Amino acid sequence: MIKSNKQFITGAEVVVQACRDAGATMMYGYPITPSSEILENWQKTGGKCLQTEDEIAAGFAVAGGALAGEKVFTATSGPGHILMQDALVMAEAMRIPMVTIAAQRGGPSSGTVIYSQQEVTLACYGGNGEGFRLVYSPASLDELYTLTRRAFNEAWQYGFPTIVLTDGYALKAQGIFTKPKLLRKNIPAKTLFGRDGAVHLPNIFATEEELYAKLEMIQTDYAKIKTKVETSYELGTKEADILVIAHGTVGASAEAAVLNLRKEKKKVGLFRPVTLRPFPAKNLNKLLATKKWKKVIIIESSYGQLARLVHDEIKVKNLPDILYLQKPGLGIEPEEIEEYIKKIK
Amino acid sequence: MPIQSAKFCPGCGHPIVLMMLRKVLEERGLLKKAVMGLDIGCSLLGWDYLPIHTFQTHHGRVTPTMLGFKRAKKDMICFGVSGDGGAYAIGWQSLFHAARRDEPVTVIVVNNTVYGMTGGQIGPTGINDPSVKPVYGPELLRNVASNEAYLARTAVNDPKQMQEYLSKAIDAQLNGHFSLIEFLSFCPTNWKTKGIETTKYLDEKLKTVFKVGEI
Repeated sequence: MIKSNKQFITGAEVVVQACRDAGATMMYGYPITPSSEILENWQKTGGKCLQTEDEIAAGFAVAGGALAGEKVFTATSGPGHILMQDALVMAEAMRIPMVTIAAQRGGPSSGTVIYSQQEVTLACYGGNGEGFRLVYSPASLDELYTLTRRAFNEAWQYGFPTIVLTDGYALKAQGIFTKPKLLRKNIPAKTLFGRDGAVHLPNIFATEEELYAKLEMIQTDYAKIKTKVETSYELGTKEADILVIAHGTVGASAEAAVLNLRKEKKKVGLFRPVTLRPFPAKNLNKLLATKKWKKVIIIESSYGQLARLVHDEIKVKNLPDILYLQKPGLGIEPEEIEEYIKKIK
Repeated sequence: MPIQSAKFCPGCGHPIVLMMLRKVLEERGLLKKAVMGLDIGCSLLGWDYLPIHTFQTHHGRVTPTMLGFKRAKKDMICFGVSGDGGAYAIGWQSLFHAARRDEPVTVIVVNNTVYGMTGGQIGPTGINDPSVKPVYGPELLRNVASNEAYLARTAVNDPKQMQEYLSKAIDAQLNGHFSLIEFLSFCPTNWKTKGIETTKYLDEKLKTVFKVGEI
């Protein structure tokens, strides 16, 4: 028998392995397509789990578990992701290391279950408040693994809720996965609520000034970690004069298209934000400032949720000519992207 | 952090419940093992009132937060403090399922029949409209809770019974079972009652609608 560490598994199975390797010991969740397989697989492989009455309870049980110092997580999707925002904003305010895997559904409402990038705004800014959370957008099985582990480590290191934003296509499709070697050790869990000295943790304030002082502290902490967390991936940007910006599963499709076009000597490059919040603004602005781009194309499976993040962050003087390929709730295949780019004059 | 004086309205029933809880925990030597989550509404004002770990949550969400805490740290005694609205209206779904699953947490419901902090709107235990039945929390939960779960109702003008029930609820949690005590309470601010009228309303009205005792 040939020994190999290659596995032919689904994205959901990859996520479960990553959660376990990150040190997670408990999951709370409610079945919802397309994230149910995470719940099922976690249970099937011996993970401690409670299937709650709804996503609200799952979210707050995760918050309670994390407050007590256990590495806990949840997985959800679409309408469940909306309910999860209730606990997520409490986690932002009280700095609770709450980890969520969110599989996007087509929306609004219950929509579809496989292919969508319409929960970008919800994941990044879904709560009442300022979006003090870390959001990762994996584009491959490898990234599903590494970013899920990062979601745990950065939640426990920095005390912000983290969301791995994926979709049904990434979770349900099978692919060849080789577990990457990680040099970094897991950040241990801890609790404020030890045995000695009573801790009193508020979440609601009697005066505007008290809340403002608290927000200033959180904002300062968030700004401090921004450059450490924000991550992007680039392909062929040095030689290119057309730049594609895409993330997640669409980012993977765009990468295949860019590789094909480069074989045909087209000067096309890819910028893929790996973190959506904080957005990798420094890298994008640096890249945009390096040359005069003929065209920048933002491609996504939504009506501009990624484009809005990009526009918020562009700080270059001469704004390049920007085109948009937007197909909310639809898969965008490499061939379609290639055709689109070939037609650009 | 120093213990602050609480900010409840004069004549409120909430601090009586918290004082009794402190007394029972102190007598049993359990102060250091206790952690108290607070629902939103008047309950949240107890956040720095007792020398035990305390944190505020969201409206209706204290029960799932505390069961998550308890499952992660089984050596601690977990209390969720809520009003009748937080427990029986917005939090009912979670409360019902926590009782059904026999989660080893203790839920303290302060029932004054109104949403106090938001201005006295009628709660799910409101008794002024004869066409609408009030929620009988412990009685309803008895149908789904385990036999070992402790469910009871007392009133804030009966400190002896309050202490006895709190102690039994803690025992249930220590034995791995769900417990809930509803405390019939008063809210003179929103009831617009003065002096003796307040306790009279509790004794002559509330106690006739909501039966006090173990359920």
